[in-house]
Amino acid sequence: MGIFNRSAKYPDYWKEYVALFRQSLPTEFDQLTFVVLDTETTGFDRTNDRILSIGALKLKGNRIQVDDMLEMYITQEAFNKESVPIHGILRNSKQDCISEEEAIPRFLKYVENHIIVAHHAGFDMGMINNALKRIGLPKLKNICLDTGVLFKKTLIKSYLVQPKDHYSLDDLAEKFSISKKDRHTALGDAYITGIAFLKILSKLKEKRALSLKNLK
Amino acid sequence: MKNLISERVADFLKNYPPFNIMDKKLLEDLSQQVTIIYKEKGSPVFSFGEEAHPSFYVVHKGAIELNNPILKSVTDYCDEGDIFGLRPLIAKEDYKLEARAYEESILYAIPIAVFRPISESNQRVSNFLTESFASNTRNPYNQTRKLERSGISTTLNAQGNLVIDDFQPIRYSKKLVSCGPKTTIQKAAAIMTKHRIGSVLICKNELPIGIVTDKDLRNKVVTGDFPITSSVRNIMSSPVITYPEKITIAQAQMAMMKNDISHLILTKDGTTNSGPVGIISKNDIMVSLGDNPSVIVKAIKRAKKIKQVKELRKSIMMLLNGYLEQNLPMALTSKIISELNDTCIKQVIAISLERMKVPPPVNFAWLALGSQGRGEQLLHTDQDNALVFEDVAEDQLPATTEYFLELSSMVTKGLNKIGYEYCPADMMASNPKWCLSLQEWKNKISYWIINPGPNEVLMSSIFFDYSLAYGHPDLMNELSDFIFSSVKKYPIFLVHIANGALQSPSPSGFFRSFLVEQDGQHKDFFDLKNRALRPLIDAARVLVLSHSIKGISNTWERYEKLAELEPNNQELYLACSYATKALLKFKTKQGLLHHDSGRYIELESLTKEEKMKLKRTFKAIKEIQDLISIRFKVSNILG
Repeated sequence: MGIFNRSAKYPDYWKEYVALFRQSLPTEFDQLTFVVLDTETTGFDRTNDRILSIGALKLKGNRIQVDDMLEMYITQEAFNKESVPIHGILRNSKQDCISEEEAIPRFLKYVENHIIVAHHAGFDMGMINNALKRIGLPKLKNICLDTGVLFKKTLIKSYLVQPKDHYSLDDLAEKFSISKKDRHTALGDAYITGIAFLKILSKLKEKRALSLKNLK
Repeated sequence: MKNLISERVADFLKNYPPFNIMDKKLLEDLSQQVTIIYKEKGSPVFSFGEEAHPSFYVVHKGAIELNNPILKSVTDYCDEGDIFGLRPLIAKEDYKLEARAYEESILYAIPIAVFRPISESNQRVSNFLTESFASNTRNPYNQTRKLERSGISTTLNAQGNLVIDDFQPIRYSKKLVSCGPKTTIQKAAAIMTKHRIGSVLICKNELPIGIVTDKDLRNKVVTGDFPITSSVRNIMSSPVITYPEKITIAQAQMAMMKNDISHLILTKDGTTNSGPVGIISKNDIMVSLGDNPSVIVKAIKRAKKIKQVKELRKSIMMLLNGYLEQNLPMALTSKIISELNDTCIKQVIAISLERMKVPPPVNFAWLALGSQGRGEQLLHTDQDNALVFEDVAEDQLPATTEYFLELSSMVTKGLNKIGYEYCPADMMASNPKWCLSLQEWKNKISYWIINPGPNEVLMSSIFFDYSLAYGHPDLMNELSDFIFSSVKKYPIFLVHIANGALQSPSPSGFFRSFLVEQDGQHKDFFDLKNRALRPLIDAARVLVLSHSIKGISNTWERYEKLAELEPNNQELYLACSYATKALLKFKTKQGLLHHDSGRYIELESLTKEEKMKLKRTFKAIKEIQDLISIRFKVSNILG
């Protein structure tokens, strides 16, 4: 059927990415690698807006390696003037920009089969999946965790606490006293998300031993 | 590859030695190789005898405690920008100290393989590191600190900032009073009297050659050995012991002890070959060394910034450690420590008030709740607090509430900074439900008392242990009166709250064995707070409410008061008072030992005697629970 035909067309980098998922993830929680990412976009419309930049870092056993981070700026065809003031990214400005087609393989090579962590992950995943779709690829296969959802798990149930529906990354930075210096840059937000994620884990650990199953 | 985060790392490092003297490009390259590590509070970075790590560390956020587990002494605290774990860089040996996160921390691990060529090519960098390492701590001279055992030493530097360490330069008097060697003893004594000082420096050609003190006059003149007409040259102590200007307190102390003298002369180059610039007396040192709580209190009250208060809390912890080591009575220890903690909280509120643009529109009271309210909080725990303000006209209420909410969130933030964790249940004055006018509080409390569901009972059990932390006592008193009169009107409330007090899980099983936790992070640990302390605290609260005893929120004081009021139950109440103190001491000691709140206890680590002691308190718990259950006829509502 069509599926087989299509899969044959997939580029090698996608096949390599998919192959990684045949391996099982480490069973020890400390041995898991998390890819914490953030995307800056031209807007909030998943179909019409585009990714401006992707920032990601790897987190393993409470450690972040500074030389193993991903920071990509993507060339824009359709340019949305309104989002520039937020991110400060001008089209094809000083940053070395690459095309979406170039960015995707690099991203897949970086994220491998690791667990993706993002704040309000649904949005970032949607943007990336749409970018994949544009070049004829299926969706990401990674397990994905949302710090927005995880944070709510740290709140205890009390009649005094009325959890909000959404906690912004600013809320989290505030609650955990994380500097907001590089807010609204992809890698800066990824870093804030990463630190918040670690703090959330340490809170959740008090309640029960950490396991991937409990977090999902 | 350079990225945003590596730039941030470099931005941070460039402010601290030895990175501040490194070439910019080199620092950029180095920053790209850094590993960022998150450490939970209390988790070790490396332990004694552990094999060397491939990197050394810089504290980015938080604080790391370096200690020697064999001597059981804290060697140093490393704050933002401090480096530690240098041993692998300099000597190829295992760690000789233990490093542990004193607070939740973020560290930068600098790979030694990358750093070594830099330090080898830069003499200044390597000098700094060798010096830091040779002194075994980040700061040379710090070793002498071990001399102060349980005490703490605090000094005020020129900016009025309080510094815990005694390697701070000492304050000394710069006004020197001197005379020539041929001056008569009588004249010298007259000079000393005129200037109200205990010593006079003898100089020749503007160089110090000797010193005459009160002691010399007593020992050599009054005894009749020399007449008062003799010259001071005959009685002066010579040569004088001189030190350079930048002497530290510890050095001055050592010098005095070593030479058995009470005055040190400071000269330009530290020898008798240069002119004198100052004099240090034993009294100057006593003033500089603040090894008593009143000095800390004074320093806290002088603090202008939250950060200074935070520094002082460290010295409070050291004081507490010392008290427990000396086995001082728990009631005294907790009184002093609570007093100090209260002072910190007051100061945080005072600082926050100053930062508000306008003064408070009406009087208010900041209430400490829970363990803090009871004055039983020795180690850092969560902050539980509430704010009550005077009633205002209805149209003023929103604006007034807004003002106090803004104040409260500043205060809770400040308290968080000095080490009080946010209350996970949000029982804090920054919560709009916990920051109310007097009338609003009354309404809320009536509701709790009239509709005592499980939530209401829980809320009141936390709230009713309040004490005034700051502000107007009248507001608190009015609240207390209101509570008592409402409880009198609705006595059924007492039955509910008594029932609540009986809900804590039992400490021991059928065969008097300890009951331990079944799951979670503390599996197989004994929950001292829930199973032993809470029943005693809850029972005291119910009894005090039923007697309308105002103004005592501390549990053992409540029991002492109850013993007074009910002579026939005196023995039981006193046993409960004793048990509370014993358990709290136990909790505090365990907490200090394991760097946590001390709530969960590993039974294996207890000696037989300690276990017996614990079990003895269980008897009092059982009996007080029986008394409550019968007195308030709890079974009636259960049945």
